[in-house]
Amino acid sequence: MQNSHPRTSGDSAPGDMDETSGSLASYTAGFFFALILTGASFVVARSHLLWAPGLPVGLAVLAIAQMGVHLVFFLHLSSGPDNTNNVLALAFGVLIVALVVSGSLWIMYNLNLNMMPASAVMEMQH
Amino acid sequence: MSASAQMTAADGAGPAPVRIVVAYGFWIFLLSDIIMFSALFATYAVLRGQTDGGPTGRDLFDLHSAAVETVCLLCSSYTCGLGLLAVERHRINLFYWAFALTFTLGATFLGLEIAEFARMLAAGAGPSRSAFLSAFFSLVGLHGVHITVGLVWIVFITAQLAVRGPREFVLRRLRCFSLFWHALDIIWIALLSLVYLGAQ
Amino acid sequence: MGKLTWSAIPLGQPIQMAASLTVTLFILATLALVTWKGWWPYLWREWLTSVDHKRIGIMYVLLALVLLNRGFIDAIMMRSQQAIAAGGAQGYLPPERYDQIFSAHGTIMIFFMAMPFMVGLMNFVVPLQLGVRDVAFPVLNAVSFWLTASGALLVNLSLVVGEFARTGWLAYPPLSELQFSPGVGVDYYLWALQISGVGTLLAGINLVTTILKTRAPGMLYMRMPIFCWTALASNLLICAAFPILTATFGMLLLDRYVGMHFFTNAGGGNAMLYFNLIWAWGHPEVYILILPAFGIFSEVIATFAEKQLFGYRSMVLATMAIFILSFMVWLHHFFTMGAGANVNAFFGLMTMIIAVPTGVKVFNWLFTLYRGRIRFEVPLMWALGFMVTFVVGGMTGVLMAVPPADFMLHNSLFLVAHFHNVIIGGVLFGGMAGYNYWFPKAFGFTLDRRLGKVSFWCWLIGFYLAFMPLYVLGLMGMTRRMQHYADRSWQPYLIVAEVGALVILCGIIATVAQLIVSIRTRESRRDRDGDPWNGRTLEWSTASPPPAYNFAAMPQVEALDAFWDMKQRGASRLRDAYESIEMPSNSANGFVTAFFAVVTGFAMIWHIWWMAIMGLVCALATLLAFGWIERVDDEVSGDELARVEQARFRQAESG
Repeated sequence: MQNSHPRTSGDSAPGDMDETSGSLASYTAGFFFALILTGASFVVARSHLLWAPGLPVGLAVLAIAQMGVHLVFFLHLSSGPDNTNNVLALAFGVLIVALVVSGSLWIMYNLNLNMMPASAVMEMQH
Repeated sequence: MSASAQMTAADGAGPAPVRIVVAYGFWIFLLSDIIMFSALFATYAVLRGQTDGGPTGRDLFDLHSAAVETVCLLCSSYTCGLGLLAVERHRINLFYWAFALTFTLGATFLGLEIAEFARMLAAGAGPSRSAFLSAFFSLVGLHGVHITVGLVWIVFITAQLAVRGPREFVLRRLRCFSLFWHALDIIWIALLSLVYLGAQ
Repeated sequence: MGKLTWSAIPLGQPIQMAASLTVTLFILATLALVTWKGWWPYLWREWLTSVDHKRIGIMYVLLALVLLNRGFIDAIMMRSQQAIAAGGAQGYLPPERYDQIFSAHGTIMIFFMAMPFMVGLMNFVVPLQLGVRDVAFPVLNAVSFWLTASGALLVNLSLVVGEFARTGWLAYPPLSELQFSPGVGVDYYLWALQISGVGTLLAGINLVTTILKTRAPGMLYMRMPIFCWTALASNLLICAAFPILTATFGMLLLDRYVGMHFFTNAGGGNAMLYFNLIWAWGHPEVYILILPAFGIFSEVIATFAEKQLFGYRSMVLATMAIFILSFMVWLHHFFTMGAGANVNAFFGLMTMIIAVPTGVKVFNWLFTLYRGRIRFEVPLMWALGFMVTFVVGGMTGVLMAVPPADFMLHNSLFLVAHFHNVIIGGVLFGGMAGYNYWFPKAFGFTLDRRLGKVSFWCWLIGFYLAFMPLYVLGLMGMTRRMQHYADRSWQPYLIVAEVGALVILCGIIATVAQLIVSIRTRESRRDRDGDPWNGRTLEWSTASPPPAYNFAAMPQVEALDAFWDMKQRGASRLRDAYESIEMPSNSANGFVTAFFAVVTGFAMIWHIWWMAIMGLVCALATLLAFGWIERVDDEVSGDELARVEQARFRQAESG
């Protein structure tokens, strides 16, 4: 039973396909895009193409782009009204991940900054 | 399933079809799983400099192995998608081939990862050596555990499809599996970037 | 048998022996009674393998009420100890025992009283309010409950076999690391909470999916009862926060079992990372607890003021605002740990901001009551007590949100008074309001009103007597968790607090008495038409108790306060014909999985590796076996539905 349905109304499950998104062409395109982005990440990390301090940002951009490729081409996530719930859930997840990771990094950086250096702590224990 | 059944609770048309309910519930579960990973990612980011005088990522990581693992996982994502396409178009034999490939590629990924862990353990760079290594082994290890679960799932769902046929409840689980497998690949992208490439 | 030996049973310690014997005898007596009366088939069929959200909700609330008693006994023991251990006196509880008691008290009250109470009420009420037949994943629901019960069992097992953690309810490292806590106590804590944490996460996913994807026809988002909105926010928080708890406890377990260095002093570990992560869970956790309580109060106030809730839209917005903000304040639990002024200022400001939407809610409740036709039923009394008490507690919270103030008050009794103020005044009062309010729907008769009011007044007066002195003591400099203290001027306050605890004990006894008396005299308070309070939302349109399928035909919703709207329109609730429906059949999945979870947890705690592996393999096998079997739904025919519905309305007209 074909899993297609009109995209203009109603709701679709995450991963649902229709004629345009559920095609060999879209999967293959996504595969090649992802392959290129992976290769780019490796090249950027090993060579000196990017200015060194900008390397983390570059890798992050490439990683996020590849995640987007996966979400669009493999998981068929779109901005249509039938996908609203799925996109909102994803956005919520991304927000929490961003808060937890950035919050932890900021807090831990500041806590460590104000900590006694380990050598001084060791001295105090003798 | 008529077109009106595609309207759901948001439009005031009553409960959504089971297919949507199951996939959405699984989607929420996947997002919670990603949040669990993010706690470990945050831990890795905080602890990655804490090598306690021991080996660093730069010393230990084999980028060739990581590249092969990445390509294996990406290809397995692709073959998984092909398998789903095959099932939707009633080409069950194609599905078996696609999922056999998916399993093989996933198992290769896992084998390479286990080999890497064994190599590091033998070199005295195990998870109890330093905080950095604890974070590395648990983050990458948790991903590996998820891959293992995925492999078991492939065997189970393929067997169930073979015995029960392409019934709706089997197909629902198959679609959940593909969400799971693609999500694992997405997590691997982050892992690769932060851990392996980020150590250079 | 790993580390397990006969010495794990506390034969030499009189208090612990007495407690263990009491608990063991009570459980054995209950099991013996059930066996003697031949109730096992009934229990297995109707409760232990039930996937009905109503049954599961009732079991959750029952678990909460039983563990309220266990946690309260811990509280009375602490109050008694502190009332006498002044100057040079040592009291009757040695420090090792006292540490376990306050750790068990906190762990039980948060994880096995407050959480199950709220989750149970949400489980019971939300599908009924949404006009649907069950939650999105009924079997998963059963699994969730039984995993929670497994955790509760493990914690209570530590009373009889071994010991509990002495680290407080959050088990901070380095104290909770193997080096400083080599015993099994912290392991009991960690495994119990990991197991029940999985259950809670699954319940969160279940309820989010239910609320977003399964509602009666016509129930748009802005026609949902406000309790469903708060349930949605609370369960989204569960989905977001509990994975962090699982990861953090997992890391501590890895430290303890495999010698890793996440939070150890050696090897580059960072104990402060634990604080950061555990509170990134911990703060959303308290909002997970309070948001459903807010929802309960909204329903109760609107019903007993006979007015639609004032400012529904602003209530929804306030709920969602609290939900988002709750993930941006967590550092306020460790202002004093040295993050510096910038970080403290940011989180202090965010904490103050989060008080604003709560204030909006309080004003909306007041405006709902204003010019309403107030009926002083027991649920409303709890709501009124809540409004006063919670505001006081909230204000002390905002006071501590100011970092310089918190530097004086952190970990003092002021803090202890604050969080008991908001949790008792908010969550517990909400639970009691919900318990009294929805009891007739669950069991078909209302609870005795007089004893309900006695219970309320004892709780209210007892609470103020028990905790207001603690605010004063905190300002006088007394820290928390003190087993004895030198300053005799503190003792009078602690004696007053002890009296308060005894008054609360009277309240608990009154609640038990209320239940017993209500059951005895239930015929005089029978709920014949399903609507004992002249309610506004859809659960009151069903029979009391509802049939397994809730609604013979799903209601068509036309407005907010759907049932009130139906009553105003005079809409007929009887239909000409009914379509047959399919209901999910029972499943032993939850019970069996939980059994193996307990075996695995116990084995891991005591390092009995062969048993742990066996338990894990069996749990996995259970999962696969139940997944392999194709579930067959039970069908209820249209004729059967018509018969039941006609009988119900005939009886309601005549009765």
